[in-house]
Amino acid sequence: MSTYYNPADLAKFGNITEWQPEMGNKFFAYYAEVFKEGALTEREKALIALAVAHAVQCPYCIDAYTTDSLQKGADEAQMMEAVHVAAAIKGGAALVHGVQMMNKAKELSM
Amino acid sequence: MTKSLLARQAPLADTAYQLTVLTQAEAAGAQLPAFAHRLRESGLLPLQPTKLGVMQINVGKMCNQVCKHCHVDAGPDRTEIMTRETMQLCLDALAQTAIPVVDLTGGAPEMNPDFRWLVEQISALGRQIIVRCNLTIIVANPKYHDLPAFFARHRVRVVSSLPHFAAGRTDAQRGDGVFGRSIRALKMLNEVGYGVEGSGLTLDLVYNPAGAFMPGSQVGLEREFKQRLGREHGVVFNNLLTITNLPVSRFLEYLLESGNYESYMQKLVAAYNPVAAANVMCRSTLSIGWDGQLYDCDFNQMLELPVASPVRHIRDFHETTLAGRAIVINQHCYGCTAGAGSSCGGTTT
Repeated sequence: MSTYYNPADLAKFGNITEWQPEMGNKFFAYYAEVFKEGALTEREKALIALAVAHAVQCPYCIDAYTTDSLQKGADEAQMMEAVHVAAAIKGGAALVHGVQMMNKAKELSM
Repeated sequence: MTKSLLARQAPLADTAYQLTVLTQAEAAGAQLPAFAHRLRESGLLPLQPTKLGVMQINVGKMCNQVCKHCHVDAGPDRTEIMTRETMQLCLDALAQTAIPVVDLTGGAPEMNPDFRWLVEQISALGRQIIVRCNLTIIVANPKYHDLPAFFARHRVRVVSSLPHFAAGRTDAQRGDGVFGRSIRALKMLNEVGYGVEGSGLTLDLVYNPAGAFMPGSQVGLEREFKQRLGREHGVVFNNLLTITNLPVSRFLEYLLESGNYESYMQKLVAAYNPVAAANVMCRSTLSIGWDGQLYDCDFNQMLELPVASPVRHIRDFHETTLAGRAIVINQHCYGCTAGAGSSCGGTTT
């Protein structure tokens, strides 16, 4: 079956440098730097990435950062809490615009 | 409790079949190159021993646990254990050499009735002893409750598996209730001084991933384990050793049954690290099976791949002859060369 997403493509991510090496290489160097241990641990960064992966609904990222979170020692509860953080922010982002809606409705109403 | 592959008469109980699976995948696609090919590229073929630093004695396959990832296919139904006569041959060989460390493994080595005698004899030879203790054996039966004191008396370095600080992830790999019993045993070890700063008694934990993924940073995981075990259970330990699961025996069965085999092998191959390859433990280890046969490592032992040397049994031990051998390799070796490397002592780079 032909689909837009193929799991095997994740391993080919690096191939994007073939058509634009300079930008691609800079991106991957930056990417590697971002995920190194710093003020945040590698595990904390993996969990943030996992949450963002769900927020942007990227199947490649969910695959990659589920694996990475497990490798970095996260357990199921931590991973699901990270997903709830993403869900809370996404839900909250929708709901907080309710204030804008209320403002506009009041502006238009007698 | 599940049973060993052997007790279930599973096809993978046959090591020839395991090797067929490992080498067929090699033939199936160019993405899984032969391990020998990668070693040649790294200038390491034939792989030769360096200085012999560890005699690793597997005193038997008998165990009180049946872990899903066990490369030994150990369990309560396994009866192959080393006799005192074979232990004596190991001691005779040891006495001829300056090998500083003897690493006792199994199974649960403590279940061998001559285990304590062996520890006492090695101790008398003045060598450092490591015991690969599965923790739960200490609380399995009153006759084992004094093991922490016994270990302390002989300054044994205790190395114990605890794949996760979360009970669920540990029990998924090692069996229901194992985490709770392991914590009880760790507290008993702590009580006699193991893992306690200044005691000189070393307690190291081993982290094996509970699934088809590689271990993360040893330093990062150690910090996390220390925080969580300390905070939640009041347990202390010295070092965390991260070990990659090799596609052998029950872990191979898990990979095949869960559909993860190919992707796991690809991960290992992609993570091949020439520095880790140069530092593989088989170069400085001699592995002895329960029946006295010699191997390059415990994994080769479980795959029944004996040393490529005229000296194949501990009764014929000859250090110089063994030093001239080429180490036997196969596709499972990718497990020790992936990422930061893996050995019975954790990462190798």
